[in-house]
Amino acid sequence: MGRYIARRLLQMVPVLLGVSVLTFALTNLLPGDPARAAAGRHATPQQLEEVRERLGLDQPLPAQYAMYMGRLARGDLGTSLTSRQSVAEELRLFFPATLELLLATMLIAVGVGIPLGVLTAARRGRWADRAFLGFSYFGVGMPVFFTALLLQIFFAGWLGWLPIAGRLGLATVPPPAFTGMYTVDALLAGQWTTVLDALRHLLLPALTLAIAGGSEVGRITRRSMLQALDEEYVRTARAKGVPERTVWLRHALPNAMLPTTTVIGLQVAFLLGGTVLIENIFSWGGLGTYAWTGIFRLDIPVIMGITLLATTVYLFVNLGVDLVYARLDPRIRYG
Amino acid sequence: MRGSTREFAMGSALFRRQDGRLVAGIVIVGMFVTMAVAPWLFTSLDPAGLNLEARLTPPSAAHWLGTDATGNDIYTRIVYGSRTTLGTVIAVLAIASLFGIAVGSLSGYAGGWLDGLLMRTTDVFLAFPPLILALATNAVLGRGLRQTVFAVAFLWWPAYARLVRGQILALREQEFVESARVIGASRLRIIRHMLPNVIDPVIVRVSLDAGFVALTAASLSYLGLGAQPPTPEWGRMVAEGQMFLLDQWWVAAFPGIVLFILVVGFNLIGEALGDRIGQPYRESRVAVPGTAKEKN
Repeated sequence: MGRYIARRLLQMVPVLLGVSVLTFALTNLLPGDPARAAAGRHATPQQLEEVRERLGLDQPLPAQYAMYMGRLARGDLGTSLTSRQSVAEELRLFFPATLELLLATMLIAVGVGIPLGVLTAARRGRWADRAFLGFSYFGVGMPVFFTALLLQIFFAGWLGWLPIAGRLGLATVPPPAFTGMYTVDALLAGQWTTVLDALRHLLLPALTLAIAGGSEVGRITRRSMLQALDEEYVRTARAKGVPERTVWLRHALPNAMLPTTTVIGLQVAFLLGGTVLIENIFSWGGLGTYAWTGIFRLDIPVIMGITLLATTVYLFVNLGVDLVYARLDPRIRYG
Repeated sequence: MRGSTREFAMGSALFRRQDGRLVAGIVIVGMFVTMAVAPWLFTSLDPAGLNLEARLTPPSAAHWLGTDATGNDIYTRIVYGSRTTLGTVIAVLAIASLFGIAVGSLSGYAGGWLDGLLMRTTDVFLAFPPLILALATNAVLGRGLRQTVFAVAFLWWPAYARLVRGQILALREQEFVESARVIGASRLRIIRHMLPNVIDPVIVRVSLDAGFVALTAASLSYLGLGAQPPTPEWGRMVAEGQMFLLDQWWVAAFPGIVLFILVVGFNLIGEALGDRIGQPYRESRVAVPGTAKEKN
């Protein structure tokens, strides 16, 4: 197992290199002049040249890439061209927001999706099953930006129960930064009103994403439960007189979890870079917002930093999924 | 007539349900295809004029779904918008699947270092955060519908390349390929023998992807990158209607609902076809190398 993990870690290196090359090529193809973006609109030609030279933008692209990778090898992600802040520092600021949203989403999607999938499999063809299937078409087919608007109208506009956007109310002071996730930080600091405020802000964006994610998790769970219950080992277990409850939870469910794990992994992967829309709609200052502004401000180090971070997390999530696979199914051995 | 319905009813429950989905999906998508091909059958109005006197009027007999901020009939813009969306979906999937088939069959057949190189390339694409890749590509190419098509296709081709490669690898060991090789058929000819067998899974995959492609393209348009005004596009229409959400809800609501209906139509077809050849329910675009899925 240890050797397998080591090999997988090694395999990540070429993928990350490839991603860095692709990102570097793409960002340098962006229309516009990064030196101008960095120097500001009112820079004189002389200042522009100075900035260009200082940032190494006058070098040929391969040399620029080599310089970037050289710094990266020393753990330096560079400086944002527009904010002049360290990219690593800014990532530390924005990533927790996205992570918080992602964790909340997956908590709802998995926490509701898996039990629903199992329950509807048990009630196959009954009204609860049909209702869930119908809802899941809605969940999977709805454009997220549209779900977001509907929830905003309903919960923020009409009922006025939840804030329409943002991460905290205007009157709320952010909790002392520890993880960067407001809910967790406030909990750690014991600031209960802040916890509540952060949760109220978190609910709508997380729910928007979880409606789609949970529908998918529920469907795949239901489907693989039904498939697993059709297997010989379930018949054997039943013939042996194993109670139905045990058959479901101990025999069928672990096997049904294999495809579900895959789907959960894919969801996480998608959400990592896919929260741009939601962050945009809910003014959630996370990685997506950071990427969006980075792309349109030609901020090459920023875009590089985001893609490298998101890809790394993605590769680790994948490794995690495979390790979960091995735990769920003893037949799978990596070595 | 009676006999045939009986026979139909005697099929397995699963089969009947599948067919229901397929029929429903085809009806929905077919309706939008008709709108795209012959919008004049549905409306006689101009989708992109300027009629400030009629701006933001609620749904009425004259304007079934109301009008938008420029006074255009929303129903008419939705009808014409089906052209944009279906055109995008077809173009994206055509480019992605054809390119994927080319790369995948080359990779699967050639093997060796070329296979390694091509597959590592798909790894890179699959590991790249998708929406960021689409945004960056779209930003590189510029705003516009054609640019969005390429940006989304750029996202999707690796999935097809891997699918086709897997098929080719499985087929290579089959007898008919063996016999073709024995009688001295050229490589190109052998690939031509194999391709028809690759097409089925690709078609299923296309039907499974269509809804998701429509959503992705609409999302890019919603963000302002795709189709530019006055071209009617549903995602863009939702974005434009957003600021009137609380008072003139119809501006954003109807395009969103219509997009949703089309996506459900695609998904119904995709799932019905996917069940038929035993392809699991939309495994998304990602198939990661070295995962348990490939190891089993």
